[in-house]
Amino acid sequence: MCVIEVRAPGLLTTVQDLGREGFGPMGVSPSGAADPIALRLGNRLVGNAEGTAALEMTLLGGTFVFGGVAAIALTGADFGPSLDGIAVPLWSSIEVRSGQTLRANATRSGARCYLCVGGGIDVKPFLGSSSTHLLSGLGGYEGRGLRKGDLLRVGVGQGSFRKRTIAPKNLQRLQPRKVLRATPGPQCEVFPDTAQKIFYGSTYRIAEESNRMGLRLEGMPLPASAQGEMTTEGVSLGAVQVTPAGLPIILFVEQQTTGGYAKIANVISADLSSLGQLRPRDEIRFELVDWETARRLFIEQERLLASDELIVALD
Amino acid sequence: MRSSDQSLLVYFGPNEKSSETDRTPLHGKLLLEANENVRKLLQLLSSKPITGVRNLQPAYCSLLVQFDVQKWRHDELEKNLQAYLDQLQEGALPEPHLVEIPVCYGDEFGPDLNGVAELHAMTPEQVIRLHTSTTYLVYFLGFVPGFAYLGELPEVLATPRHATPRRKVLAGSVGIAGHQTGVYPCETPGGWRLLGRTPLAMFQPSRQGLSLLSIGDRVQFKPISREQFAAQLSEAGRNPCA
Repeated sequence: MCVIEVRAPGLLTTVQDLGREGFGPMGVSPSGAADPIALRLGNRLVGNAEGTAALEMTLLGGTFVFGGVAAIALTGADFGPSLDGIAVPLWSSIEVRSGQTLRANATRSGARCYLCVGGGIDVKPFLGSSSTHLLSGLGGYEGRGLRKGDLLRVGVGQGSFRKRTIAPKNLQRLQPRKVLRATPGPQCEVFPDTAQKIFYGSTYRIAEESNRMGLRLEGMPLPASAQGEMTTEGVSLGAVQVTPAGLPIILFVEQQTTGGYAKIANVISADLSSLGQLRPRDEIRFELVDWETARRLFIEQERLLASDELIVALD
Repeated sequence: MRSSDQSLLVYFGPNEKSSETDRTPLHGKLLLEANENVRKLLQLLSSKPITGVRNLQPAYCSLLVQFDVQKWRHDELEKNLQAYLDQLQEGALPEPHLVEIPVCYGDEFGPDLNGVAELHAMTPEQVIRLHTSTTYLVYFLGFVPGFAYLGELPEVLATPRHATPRRKVLAGSVGIAGHQTGVYPCETPGGWRLLGRTPLAMFQPSRQGLSLLSIGDRVQFKPISREQFAAQLSEAGRNPCA
């Protein structure tokens, strides 16, 4: 059995899978990988089921020493990874020998890089998922981000190493977007035309305080419109709520499950993975799409993700 | 009402058809009736689940239904949900559990107790007496794991939340905001006015049922002394959510 020692944790590295669904009545949001597409592809590269637990690194990667043989894949943002000092590619399976050191550096693109390991990261599941929920300190590795000296157990992998990669033209089609497509939010009608024009017409910057709970946006504030307190209601992943200061917040994977701010829009399902790659100071825009387009884009994306041609075996 | 491309909101109450224009918060009997319907629909959907419905998030007078886009379109799911809504009045809700929550009021446990008393021209003792005078309903759990929205507060205690939320509210803190009261299950930022703190763990991964409170439960707060707080805290063990 392989054990991974955390030599340096990076800025924020957590254990994530595809999250726990269906616990809304207890106030538990799904959590899970911020860029689930990167997680799913990484797992397929190392022969895992696509929802297997892996490490999610944020902006600055960690250093890990492998105590056994393992198949790994790095996906998502380019953190300039190296194995024993030699650069290794993203989006490809790599064979790691016992005693080797994998190092991920500061990001060169995007916000999150995933380290998937054949057999997965073995932690005790909470409510059926290995995902870390940081705010409540539940799930994952002791409910927290990794620290120096932590020892991670690796599950049993799928046998002998296979060299796999992803066809570049398919990867291109799954690139994270900076123009986020959105459908109208449940309270979009309380925002007058002037507010809608600003919202869909201007550029927003991701604020420093953004995290897995939500992405705070900086830019031109929307005119005060939604006066008074709204009755608290359930909020969807990717909901764009507008604070009394007129600035939007996109609710993200570790979101609060209910909220009382009016929601002008909701990022479409096909673009939720893109949110996971947005860094502080990145600039984004919103583009309104109709319901049928939102649905079609998601179904096409899922079809591509499920296709056999996506992963190329090289041996 | 469509919430996102993979979710819809079912609203109850007099403004269910026009929630986006008439957003006056419900109170009293109307809120109770609306919330009862939320709980009935949640119960029906839990006992006879719809394939492809992935999550349900109840709130005061709405239920957010999240679904698999590859299985459902909004209008088809709405039709299906209508069949559930038609049966709503036939179902009965179970007898509610009554949960007693001990609270040490004031001082460092409830840093806003004196302020709330001043706002309402009362003594802190009167605030405590009022807060413990009623049995509250758990309208729903939301925000963070195990956070129960309780109400309604006696009208004279209704207090707006802090204009600027605290960066850190300790686990177990008992607060009020508007006509609501609640207990913070874990340390989070929060804008509610804090009256006291309970030694009980509100959300515990090791416990069956996890959350001390469930939707539809009734809650009675009971004042305890500092000594009782310390004794019960060590009995309960460390709050894993803290």
